[in-house]
Amino acid sequence: MSSITLRVNGRAHTVDVEPATPLLYILRNDLGLQGPRFGCGLGQCGACTVIVNGAAVRSCITPTSTVKGEVTTLEGLSQNGRLHPLQQAWIDEQVPQCGFCQNGQIMTAKAMLDKNPHPTDEQIRQGMAGALCRCMTYYRIQAAIKRAAGRNV
Amino acid sequence: MNIEKILLEHCATPSRREFLKTSGMLVVGVSAAAVVGPFVTGAGAQGGARGLYPDPDYHQLDSWIVIHEDNTATFYVGKTDCGQGTGTAFRQMMSDELDIAYDKTTCIMGTTDITVDQGGSGGSDAIQTDGWPMRRVAAEGRRVLLEMGSQRLGVPVAGLAVSNAVITVKADPSKKVTYGELIGGKKFNVALTGANIDATTGVAKVKPVQELKMVGQSPQRYDIPPKVDGSLKWAVDVKLPGMVHARNVKPPVAGAKLVSIDESSVRNLPGFVKVVSKGNYVAVVFEREEQAIAGARQLKANWQKPADAPFPKSADLFTYMRGATPTSKPAPAIIGNPDAAFAGAAKVVEAEYEVPFQGHTAISPANATADPSNGQLTIYSNDMKSYGMRNGVAQFLGMPREQVRVIWMEGPQGYGRTAADDAGFEAAYIATELGRPVRMQWMRSEEQAWDTKGPAFVVKIRGALDGQGNLVGFDYNARSCDYNHLGYNEPDTVLIAQLMGKRRAMPAAGNSAFPNEMYAIPHRRTALEVVGLPLIWETPLRTGNLRDPNGPQSTFASESFIDEMAAAAKADPIEFRMRMLTASNTDDNGFRRARSIAVLKAAAEKYGWQPRPAPNARRTGDVLTGRGVSYAYRNQTIVAEIAEVEVNRKTGRVWVKRLVCAHDCGLVINPEGLRRTIEGGMLHSISRALYEEVAFDTEKVLSVDWASHPTLTHLDAPAQIDVVLVNGDPNPNRPDLPHYGAGETSCKPMIAAVANAIFDATGVRMRRVPFRKERVLAALNTANA
Repeated sequence: MSSITLRVNGRAHTVDVEPATPLLYILRNDLGLQGPRFGCGLGQCGACTVIVNGAAVRSCITPTSTVKGEVTTLEGLSQNGRLHPLQQAWIDEQVPQCGFCQNGQIMTAKAMLDKNPHPTDEQIRQGMAGALCRCMTYYRIQAAIKRAAGRNV
Repeated sequence: MNIEKILLEHCATPSRREFLKTSGMLVVGVSAAAVVGPFVTGAGAQGGARGLYPDPDYHQLDSWIVIHEDNTATFYVGKTDCGQGTGTAFRQMMSDELDIAYDKTTCIMGTTDITVDQGGSGGSDAIQTDGWPMRRVAAEGRRVLLEMGSQRLGVPVAGLAVSNAVITVKADPSKKVTYGELIGGKKFNVALTGANIDATTGVAKVKPVQELKMVGQSPQRYDIPPKVDGSLKWAVDVKLPGMVHARNVKPPVAGAKLVSIDESSVRNLPGFVKVVSKGNYVAVVFEREEQAIAGARQLKANWQKPADAPFPKSADLFTYMRGATPTSKPAPAIIGNPDAAFAGAAKVVEAEYEVPFQGHTAISPANATADPSNGQLTIYSNDMKSYGMRNGVAQFLGMPREQVRVIWMEGPQGYGRTAADDAGFEAAYIATELGRPVRMQWMRSEEQAWDTKGPAFVVKIRGALDGQGNLVGFDYNARSCDYNHLGYNEPDTVLIAQLMGKRRAMPAAGNSAFPNEMYAIPHRRTALEVVGLPLIWETPLRTGNLRDPNGPQSTFASESFIDEMAAAAKADPIEFRMRMLTASNTDDNGFRRARSIAVLKAAAEKYGWQPRPAPNARRTGDVLTGRGVSYAYRNQTIVAEIAEVEVNRKTGRVWVKRLVCAHDCGLVINPEGLRRTIEGGMLHSISRALYEEVAFDTEKVLSVDWASHPTLTHLDAPAQIDVVLVNGDPNPNRPDLPHYGAGETSCKPMIAAVANAIFDATGVRMRRVPFRKERVLAALNTANA
């Protein structure tokens, strides 16, 4: 066990854990966050995605000790009580079915749009390809991303 | 933990928490039942020492509707929302009948001791079946309130008007009283009648369709904002004082027997709590989640392989199924004289279709949390049949059912009999063994391998064309691998029960499936057979209901074959179908034929379908384009779908570029919600069409993650989806237009539509699901297409 300090959604937290513990379990079980979710534990589905230093990271396979930058989770996207434009677009498009994967969808889209604010359809498909949805809401997710990117859909 | 607290912390989102606080919802619950809240019977309702968990009495209006002093209402329904927005639809239907504004209502669902038992979800019956008692009890609430208003205002009911939960005197609108003023915080104490919960009714009649205001509108789903801002507490988020984490250790080989466990292999690991084992069921329990994962991996156990192979390898599955002796083989259903039709046919076509085992494989593996405090048991689960889980777990553990409850919370959906059932029983068992709250979470490899499967199918069809190109004979033989099909939450068939050695004397027969269409084919033979694998217990290849059970398989075969017959007759596929739909005038009381015709026409019109036979004569370049149609019904919901595909003849990749769906489910409650449900159903079947197949060798399932068991991804999303909501009733404005189910029908014809489109594009018929690119490329090469 060792003491590790994490900055998550603008706040510092110190936890005493095995350094190799995947970040996901620290976020969920020690910090009480609910956005990132366990989907596969293999980095394959994206349900656990958080943003670290601007990059979408699979927290289920990221050892906590390797996290050096600011972690943003789904809970940290809204600013001053206002939803992030992607979250609002998700509501406007009524994207989710069960919604369990949507953390990964939104966080992956956020990292993508931060790097490329005006992606083409093909760039959206490629950029989102690793975020799986078993309710198959892909069509509406892509519409929501285009809406958030300011495109008429 | 009392119910108010659970509702506050688990079942409510922040915005709803505020609403619940201000609306007085928080006085609802067992401890406060004498004041206001769902009507419950049993010791707990009267404050029994241990607060036994009651069954809300569906014959009491108070069990369904609570009016609060601030003139808001809470609806209590015994359903669960699998993500199709049924909760929103229930509020629309009930607020309409009650005459209260939609946004002044909330809906509590699926928690066994505070909502009546409507069975949770299943069979796409939420709107079709359960919507009726909801409408009737809400109408009864309105009637009772109007009578109370009549007494209060001293005016006969006929002289009163009601809108937005305010009753006014028609002759003097300044005289008014609100629902909240009449009964807020108090009980109705009105008894309902009805032989069963579906028949629950009061005295009042429901409104004619024309008077419904919220029904037919598209309020946004109330569950979506908390799902996108991270505030929703899901079943996976439940944390209880003293809670520990459990992981299963599954037999490494199907049918293996546990010989011994070396507990010392994990005893000294940090956080070790216990190894739980009985029969062949093994789980480890640790203080922390990551410790449990590590412990399950490190536990050393000796397993003895079974003497005989539990199943053939997946590559040999269909050969095995063809050669197996059926476990059930009822006499074929015969219409007309099929033998004579084939003997006199101008042309006979024969084809066989194969669909492998396909899993539910939810986006999160199965999970549940169980709390054994006070000698009772509370299970937090997203299982769609919470009531069945309560009963099943009580039986399994030998506990009185009054000591068991299931709190339903949102979770990943797998659309049918998923492993969520199994995880609930496992959490409950371990929690009672330990006397501590336990969170059970399956791992991805477990979900992929051990989740229940939709049965594999081999379907053999022959068709006879007469000299005019009419389909006059149809000989359909479907054989499914479905023996010992699992029901929901059965205490003697859930996986933990099997692994502990429980055996049911008579395994379930399982089901095959026939096509659901209204084609007037004069001579038919329909044979439905079921076979079983060598190992039927403790096997990962266990079958259970998967969204529209067996419909996508049987319809893939039948609607592919109809397309083959159209091609053989050199007829346009839609005209060919339309000819068979219009060749008869007989219809049922739901007008399934008339509505089938309307739906097929609507799909063709929306697509811009120009008649011509398939395949498309123009086939040049690397990317070929084709279109395919398919049609089916499920109960009284009718759907016709057109897929436009691109097939890359160099790689074999199939992209479903455009989809059209014409859909008639009668009265539509929430059009935008319905559209998304239909889209999800279509894409779910496209995933089954293009990717999904459970692979196994003769010992174990080899599909253990998303690489070895691929699913549809963003790369496959269609560029365009058009959903046309059809009302094909011959009297579309009739005041009693029924509302039918919509959660599954759109799944049914989709695989065939894709196969038919591939044929149109390439001239090559895909008769084996899934149409992965390697298989398509091989078929193209074989056909030199």
